[in-house]
Amino acid sequence: MMSDSLDDPRLDDPRLGFRGWLLTDTPTSRFHARCVALYSGWLKFRSNTMAMLGLIILILLVLIAAFAPWLAPHDPLAQDLAGRLKPPLSEGHLLGTDSLGRDILSRIIYGSRITLYIVTLVALIAPVVGLLVGTVAGYAGGIVDAVLMRLTDIFLAFPRLVLALAFVAALGAGIENAVLAISITAWPPYARLARAETLTIRNSDYIAAIRLQGAGPMRIITRHIWPLCISSLIVRVTLDMAGVILTAAGLGFLGLGAQPPSPEWGAMVAEGRRFILDHWWVATMPGLAIFIVSLAFNLLGDGLRDVLDPKDAG
Amino acid sequence: MSRLAFRDLCVWFGEGEGRVDAVKHATFEVPSGASFGLVGESGSGKSTILRALMGLAPNWSGEMVVGERRLGAKRDRAFYKEVQMVFQDPYASLHPRHSVDQVLSEVLKLHGFSDIDRRVNALLADVGLGPGYRFRYPHQLSGGQRQRVAIARALAPEPSVLLLDEPTSALDVSVQAEVLNLLTDLREEHGLTYLMVSHDLAVIAHMCEATAVMQNGEIVEMLSVEDMRAMRAGHPYTRHLLESASGYNPNAEQMA
Repeated sequence: MMSDSLDDPRLDDPRLGFRGWLLTDTPTSRFHARCVALYSGWLKFRSNTMAMLGLIILILLVLIAAFAPWLAPHDPLAQDLAGRLKPPLSEGHLLGTDSLGRDILSRIIYGSRITLYIVTLVALIAPVVGLLVGTVAGYAGGIVDAVLMRLTDIFLAFPRLVLALAFVAALGAGIENAVLAISITAWPPYARLARAETLTIRNSDYIAAIRLQGAGPMRIITRHIWPLCISSLIVRVTLDMAGVILTAAGLGFLGLGAQPPSPEWGAMVAEGRRFILDHWWVATMPGLAIFIVSLAFNLLGDGLRDVLDPKDAG
Repeated sequence: MSRLAFRDLCVWFGEGEGRVDAVKHATFEVPSGASFGLVGESGSGKSTILRALMGLAPNWSGEMVVGERRLGAKRDRAFYKEVQMVFQDPYASLHPRHSVDQVLSEVLKLHGFSDIDRRVNALLADVGLGPGYRFRYPHQLSGGQRQRVAIARALAPEPSVLLLDEPTSALDVSVQAEVLNLLTDLREEHGLTYLMVSHDLAVIAHMCEATAVMQNGEIVEMLSVEDMRAMRAGHPYTRHLLESASGYNPNAEQMA
C-alpha cells in the first residue's frame, strides 16, 4: 500500500496541491479513495446553505455545552429570591430570571449539556437496535421476519409519548430512564426502514454475486447491507432528533424526565407555565432553545439526505 | 470428458396453482474446456439453468454434475471456487458503495488467498484495466469497465468453469465486441470452460462451439457452430431464430 501512494498523484494531476489530490478521479490507495469520497460529499453538502446553517447551529450547541462553565454568567442553580422574575435585558441577566431568581441564560447554557446527552444516547441506541432487527428480519425472511416484525408492530401500535410515559413510570423518573424510554419507543420506525431497504437490496445481483463467492449471511448483512441502509438511517435519525428533543422536553414538562433543579429545557418550560401570562420569558426562552435546536437538526437532516441517499447517488 | 452435465433438469418457481415451470427436462453436457451456448428468447429458461446450477433457484429436480460431483441442495465454498458466474447487468452486479479494490480483495479474502495486493493488480491487468482503476467506485466507471470488474471478480477464485449470463447485452455495441474478445482471450489463457447464455445468435456463433436452442423452458435443438453458420436447423423455431439473426446482416441483404 505504501509504495502505491508514493508514486505521487499530485505530480500527475493538473490541479496541483491538496485540493487536486482530493478531487482526483484516480485515487491511489484505500485511504486516498475514502478521502476523495468524503470530500465530494462535503462539497455537495456545503452547497446547501440551509443544511450548513443547521450544521453551524449544532456545532455552536456542542461548543456551548463544552464550555458552559466559562460561558454562563451565573451558577445555574444559584437562587436569588430578591431578584426573582426579572425581565430580559435587566442588569446582569440577559434573558431574565425565573421564579427562584436563577439566571435563565445560564440555565439554558447548562441545559444544552442535558439535551446533547439525551440526543447522543438516543441516537446511539435506537437506530442500532432498529438496524439490527430490520436487516436481520429482512434478510432472513420467513418465521424470523414474522416474529421480529410483529414485535415491531406491537411497539408501533402505541403512541410514542404514552409508551415512553409508561416506561418511565415503571422504571422511575430521571434522565437516564427518560433516555431509555425514548430509545425503546424510537427504534421500531428504524427497524421498518431498515427492513424495507434490505428487501430491495437482498435480491440484487451484487448480493447474489457475493453469495456466489461463498459469503455467509453475517458477512452479507454487516458488510453489504448495512452500508446501504446506514445512510438513509442517518438521515432519518437527524430528522427524528427534533422529535426526540421534543419528547424529552415533554417528559421533562410532565415531571418524568430530568428532575429539578437540573436545568433541562422541557422542565424549564413546565416551570414557567405558572407565570406564562405575567412573566412570559420564563417559559419562552427555553422554548426558543428547543425550537432552534430542533430546527437545526431538521435542516441538517435535509442536507444529509441530499448527500447520502443512495437512490440519488450515481 | 464432460465438465458440466445436466440430466432431466426441471426448475420451477412458486407452488400449487402459481407454479411456473421455467425449465422442463433439460439434458445436455458441456465438455471440459469447451464453450457451450444456450440461446432462446426472453423467458425461455436459459438464465434459470445458470441460476439453478449456482444455487440461486432452490426448486429443482433432476441431476446436475460438476466434474465428478453431483450437486445437492447446498453449495459449499469449494464449489464456488470451481464455478463462477458473470451477471447480465454490470450496473446492478457491483455494490454501489464498494470500490473495485474492496470488491476484489473481499472475494480473495473469502477464498483464503494471502497475497491479496498482488492478486488484485494481476486480476485488473487480466481484464485490461490499469492499476489506476483499482480505487474507483462503480459510479466512476463506464458500463464496459464495470463488466470487466465483474469478470475480474468471477476470475478471482481461479475457477475452471465460468457461467456467462448475457454478459454483453447491457452494453453498447462497440463495447460488446471488446468484452467478447476479452472473454475469448481469458478462456485461452486460463483454460476455462464457458456456459454462455444469450439471445443473440451472432454472439453465440462467435463464442461457442455448440449450442442448445431453448423455447418455453425446453431444449428444442442442439446445434454445432458449423450447423449455425450453414443455417442447418431442423426445428422451425431454430430456423426462425437463424433467419431473424441473419436479417440484421448487411451481407445477407446484398446477396438477396
